[in-house]
Amino acid sequence: MNFVQHAPVFIVLLPLTASLLCLLFSRISRNLGSYIVIAAIFGAFLSAATVLKQVLASGGQAIHYWMGGWEPPIGIEFVLDPLNSVLAVLVTFIALMVSIYSRPFVKREDWLHLGGYYTLFGLLCVGLCGMIITGDVFNLYVYLEIMSLSGYGLIALGGRKSMLAAFRYLLIGTIGASLYLLGVGYLYAMTGTLNMADLAKLVAAHLDSPLFAMAVACFIIGFGIKMALFPLHGWQPDAYTFSHPGAAAFIAGCMSKAPAYAMVRFLYYIFHVDNLVVHSALNVIGLLGIAGILIGSIMALAQFDFRRMLAYSSVAQIGYIAIGLAMGNLYGFIGAVLHMINHAFMKSALFLVIGGIQYRFGEVNLYRLGGMHKKIPISTVTLTLAALSMIGLPPTCGFFSKWYLMLGAYTGAQYFYIAVLVISSLLNAIYFFRIIEQVFVQREASLTEIQPPSTKLGLPIEMAVPIVVMGLAILVLGFCNGDIVTDVLKVGLPEVFLR
Amino acid sequence: MTIVDCRPFLAVGVSLLAALLVAFSDKRPNVREAWSTIASFIKFGIILSMVPAVLNGDVYTYTLCQITDTVGLTLRTDPAGMIFATLASMLWVPINFYSIGYMRCNNEGEQTGYFAAFAVCMSACMGIALAENLLTFFIFYELLTLASWPLVLHKRNDEALLASRKYLIYTLISGQLFLAGVIAVYCIAGSIDFRAGGLLTIDMAPKWVLQSVFVLMILAGSVKAAVMPLHGWLPAAMIAPTPVSALLHAVAVVKTGVFCVLRIVCFVFGPKLLAQLGIIDCLAWAAAISILVSSMIALRQDNLKRRLAFSTVGQLSYIVLGAALISPLSIKGAYLHLVAHAVMKITLFMCAGLIITRTHRNNISEMYGIGKKLPVTMACFTIASLGIAGMPFIVGFISKWNLALGALQAGKPLYILVWVASALLAAGYLMPVCQMAYFRSDPREKFIQYGAFSLKMLVPICVTTAISVALGVIPNIYPHFYRLAVMASEAICAGWTGGWL
Repeated sequence: MNFVQHAPVFIVLLPLTASLLCLLFSRISRNLGSYIVIAAIFGAFLSAATVLKQVLASGGQAIHYWMGGWEPPIGIEFVLDPLNSVLAVLVTFIALMVSIYSRPFVKREDWLHLGGYYTLFGLLCVGLCGMIITGDVFNLYVYLEIMSLSGYGLIALGGRKSMLAAFRYLLIGTIGASLYLLGVGYLYAMTGTLNMADLAKLVAAHLDSPLFAMAVACFIIGFGIKMALFPLHGWQPDAYTFSHPGAAAFIAGCMSKAPAYAMVRFLYYIFHVDNLVVHSALNVIGLLGIAGILIGSIMALAQFDFRRMLAYSSVAQIGYIAIGLAMGNLYGFIGAVLHMINHAFMKSALFLVIGGIQYRFGEVNLYRLGGMHKKIPISTVTLTLAALSMIGLPPTCGFFSKWYLMLGAYTGAQYFYIAVLVISSLLNAIYFFRIIEQVFVQREASLTEIQPPSTKLGLPIEMAVPIVVMGLAILVLGFCNGDIVTDVLKVGLPEVFLR
Repeated sequence: MTIVDCRPFLAVGVSLLAALLVAFSDKRPNVREAWSTIASFIKFGIILSMVPAVLNGDVYTYTLCQITDTVGLTLRTDPAGMIFATLASMLWVPINFYSIGYMRCNNEGEQTGYFAAFAVCMSACMGIALAENLLTFFIFYELLTLASWPLVLHKRNDEALLASRKYLIYTLISGQLFLAGVIAVYCIAGSIDFRAGGLLTIDMAPKWVLQSVFVLMILAGSVKAAVMPLHGWLPAAMIAPTPVSALLHAVAVVKTGVFCVLRIVCFVFGPKLLAQLGIIDCLAWAAAISILVSSMIALRQDNLKRRLAFSTVGQLSYIVLGAALISPLSIKGAYLHLVAHAVMKITLFMCAGLIITRTHRNNISEMYGIGKKLPVTMACFTIASLGIAGMPFIVGFISKWNLALGALQAGKPLYILVWVASALLAAGYLMPVCQMAYFRSDPREKFIQYGAFSLKMLVPICVTTAISVALGVIPNIYPHFYRLAVMASEAICAGWTGGWL
């Protein structure tokens, strides 16, 4: 069997197998299950990287992988173009980092909890990767459900308060998923196909049909709920705040990106933005994005729980992606996709940092972080870099997505987006500099140790390494964004921009 | 001739590396300060090694990477940038020694962070000076904001907190507006590479668009250059340790502000376009008003550092006014005054710091008779004060002469009156300090000396004073600031005579 040829399926298959076997192995030896899941996620990361390399080497030609050799439109296919293979690399990489990172949190639990945690974690990774790489709209629904169910589980693992948060997410999330299914139903009724490439061709004849408008509306609400687009974000602050501290970084960093990418896929690759229905849909998304940016930022200002503040800031950052999509031009699109990547990294990095603080000091109040730079210097460096990136100051990666978004706004003559981006940066600056100030200035509110440091780094090595790597990644992404844009994103542009 | 050479990036990198090393030598003060001293010498050496070629008309350029899909992270040594780069790296050497002496004599805390941030500031300065395009410029510009923020916050008390917040509010808001301007320039001109004489032309966009882009961009420069009414952060930031005040108010931050104004006026818009747009007169008025008003406010300040701060506000507006007059001589004068003011003001601040360290007196009304106790310091202070007032044979004279001629050349002779008035006012607010120090005796007849005498603090003061006299007597002395300024102004004003004479 040729590994390279089958690499696309391994992205999903490896973590899926490992998660299903995880509990069994955990029963045999407590830690074995977690090692297997981590190894499988590493394997998935390697497969995704291989695929990305392959796609780029062939000049952006998409790889079509037919499951079991069944030809579409009957069989299920995975389609990997430059854009989604880079997102698959991103998701598996962050999954790898977070899965290593979260071991100290669950290390002392019994086999059932340890194994269960890693099973859910692996399944979440499967769901996200599957959603990103699949080329079949119904298959996407399956992965969406895998992602959601494992997500509910991981959120519920966070402790007593998290039950309610998970339940609320379950209720709202199910509505989202059902709406998506409904939309798929409309499309199927119109075109009789579930394959995306097929759909893209056949749907062109039905663009005036009211069913099509209904389907678009369903998709926007469904994905809007899943990606926490304002005002559909109600479940999200609680879910992020009370989710399992080990997995929070993965949940907050990646769980909103796969639905966002699915939305990109539908609007730009299948429906080709250039029709009236999608055009008005984009306007709605743009307005929601603006509202989300402003209200999310203002709500974030009002929080004192670090995780809750980050959750509201996610609402704002999803707004960035939304307005980028809504611009409907080349640079807006690039900005939105680049921001998905950048935001995944910076939000994960911030949740890794607060998870570390929670682990060692049991503290999440952002006004009580005084003197953190003396106790865990590496986390402070990552915190600072990620915060600067959230504000959008160069040379961190957050600045460059803002740069492309602003270029998009200017070329599309949508100047109000520039104003919104400027205001949002300044609001971000207020709530992140507030934290940095606290860290360096406040001495008396020193943190109390609940978990004495075992290493010189201040945190267990499994936690310290991911924190450092994610911090560096923010800088590296900043300096390499030119390459990412020219070599990856511009190669995988939707047809609309190539005409 | 264009030479591809990574030396500009070495000049930036050497102090970034030093900042890292400083951060890792937290426990050993001597090692820590050795890193920053070594870096300061190496940086000055690298910059000096590029001066001869630049004087020959050659240009070093290097692109580190493509920072966005179309724009490179590129540094380039044009004469205008070299003036600033040479100046900043030259003054880092004495201010670094002075910092060591000052921080040790005053037993300041958090010295590691201080020296690291200082080194990063100097890197950012080099980047700003040598940036080839607006995006590279902006990256280093924001880096400077970030790196100088902990310096303002150094004392970690409520007052420092408020000052640092004020500083961030002013600089971040203007920075974001600047970014919007950069985006607009990129979309209008299709390029953001600085070009002597301007990269925009009148036919690229409607007049009102160009005017609003100019306002967006010039605000950023004006905030850091502390042009009134955007100067509020500067006196507040005086809470920082004195070497920081010397750095912020003489070399790094405010000078990047005026340098930014010069870059925008001369390299983005260009004198010809600005003369057509007409909006530049507003900048000239703002600068003229802030020269006069800040000098009058300075008269009323009793705290020595605050008085110097307001004097800085006024002196910077000289440079902005020089740029705003857009005539060849005024631009040459602006570049010369950038150098002149830096050398004089750094001397004044270092003197003020030494006085505070040795006598613990902050107010001018308490400085009875310190001339006898600190003779060398006060002598240097007096020389620098005379320079600020514009006395011949001290560095400030040549630049003011050129600025005044530039006003004639631009056909706006009334501005000469502003300069005359401000020279008198400068004498009015600085001479009383000398008078107090030399001719008034202490009514309490008590003079307590604090702290050990430190040559590390005194020698840098003497060095910068010597530089200011040397530059005053022979303006074109090595490293040829005068020649560089002439080259810059000729490149910018090729085929433009200023409109009147």
